[in-house]
Amino acid sequence: MDVLPVLIEWLPYLLSGIASTLGLVLAALGLGVLLGLPMALGQVYGARPVRWAIGIYVWFFRGLPILVLLFLFWFGIFPAIGLGDLSAFVVGAVVLGLRGAAYQSQIFRGAIQSVGEGQMIAARSLGMSRSTAIRTVILPQAMRIALPGWSNEYPNILTDSAVCYAIGVVELLTITSRMVTQTHITMPIYLATAGIFIILNYGGLKLLHRLEAKIAIPGFGTGAM
Amino acid sequence: MNDNDIVLKVEDIHKSFGGVEVLRGVSFDVRRGETKVFIGPSGTGKSTLLRCINQLTIPDRGRVWLDGEEVTNSGARINYFRQKIGMVFQNFFLFDHLTALKNVELALLKVKGMGRAEAREKALTELRQVGMEEWADHYPAELSGGQAQRVSIARALAMDPDVILFDEPTSALDPELTREVLEVMKKLAREGMTMLVVTHEMGFACSVANEILFMENGVVAEQGSPDLLLNDPRFTRMKDFIGRIDSRMHD
Repeated sequence: MDVLPVLIEWLPYLLSGIASTLGLVLAALGLGVLLGLPMALGQVYGARPVRWAIGIYVWFFRGLPILVLLFLFWFGIFPAIGLGDLSAFVVGAVVLGLRGAAYQSQIFRGAIQSVGEGQMIAARSLGMSRSTAIRTVILPQAMRIALPGWSNEYPNILTDSAVCYAIGVVELLTITSRMVTQTHITMPIYLATAGIFIILNYGGLKLLHRLEAKIAIPGFGTGAM
Repeated sequence: MNDNDIVLKVEDIHKSFGGVEVLRGVSFDVRRGETKVFIGPSGTGKSTLLRCINQLTIPDRGRVWLDGEEVTNSGARINYFRQKIGMVFQNFFLFDHLTALKNVELALLKVKGMGRAEAREKALTELRQVGMEEWADHYPAELSGGQAQRVSIARALAMDPDVILFDEPTSALDPELTREVLEVMKKLAREGMTMLVVTHEMGFACSVANEILFMENGVVAEQGSPDLLLNDPRFTRMKDFIGRIDSRMHD
């Protein structure tokens, strides 16, 4: 049986699956930055209990397999705190995001720490408060240093997102698995699935590299060449 | 001169690091428009002393006054005092992600709360002062060490400080670049800027300093005009020190 007509027939579903997958990735990346950046700042500049708490968070979310985390939140934690009504998509995005935050916080932390200490000293010597110095001097440099490493989180989260299949999120893999079940075409459809993931991967990284080049500064940091 | 001319008063500064007493009671007054130069062997606390003045390093004991107001123990008001005490560092510490112009503008915008146009105007004026106006749009990585240091002097000047602290401003530069930075500093001294300079440049010290403070082992060992310290037979320690550097250079 020819696979092309099948793909075309299923195109609207495929597109909705791709949209769902990208939605998971964007939500997770966004949440990762939103939580990961303050966590990094807390780990570098925070008081000991703050650093300690963040350390435990990072240890927890990096220490468990993604599927275990997903089941833990979907079947356990969210229902237990009265959030059992959340859709699988939301739970998937949140778990990917919480896990992403743990990894991304370490990327940001390393970047913040690699900004020379003279930058803070010079800023303070001009009368800047510590928070102004962090905002206007340290972070703009740290973000540029972090970007190449942070970009690598995109393919990581994109590929991880497929495990959301396991809790019933209707993402790309879920759609194509249904196609296989209904059409009994196996190999070509999974090959097409792989192809779509590769295209999403490549396209996203291309965009991120363009961003790196856009914000690169002569002789500064490790931005795109 | 009366006491009203005293812009900075430093009294009995002590500082230890890990049980080693780097500063063991340093006191001096600085009059408006004066240039004081600190000379002495490495590790005698000269740079630490400068950092104790603007509280980048908190002294263990002793007090600092600027225009009659106490800088030490000033809490959050330290940010106000630091605007009035400029600092120039050995390694420039220009903000690497900003052009020369933006380096000078940043604190005008974020600390002084100046408007964009005014800050830009002011920054360009200061860059002109140090002969770097044409390099306004270049990033630190595109500047020579001497150019970078001149920009950092402009950055300090832009805050209209009462006094500028120079922490070995030419130690990271080769002789050619050293000269261009010293020229700018001499000009500032002539124009009446109050300056405290830690340096090994004896030529500069002798031609510009109103007073040299020779530091050894965490205290001011000798203090006086360049002429006095170099020519009066009662003062020997700085001359010995200079002799030691000279003979090392000729080895």
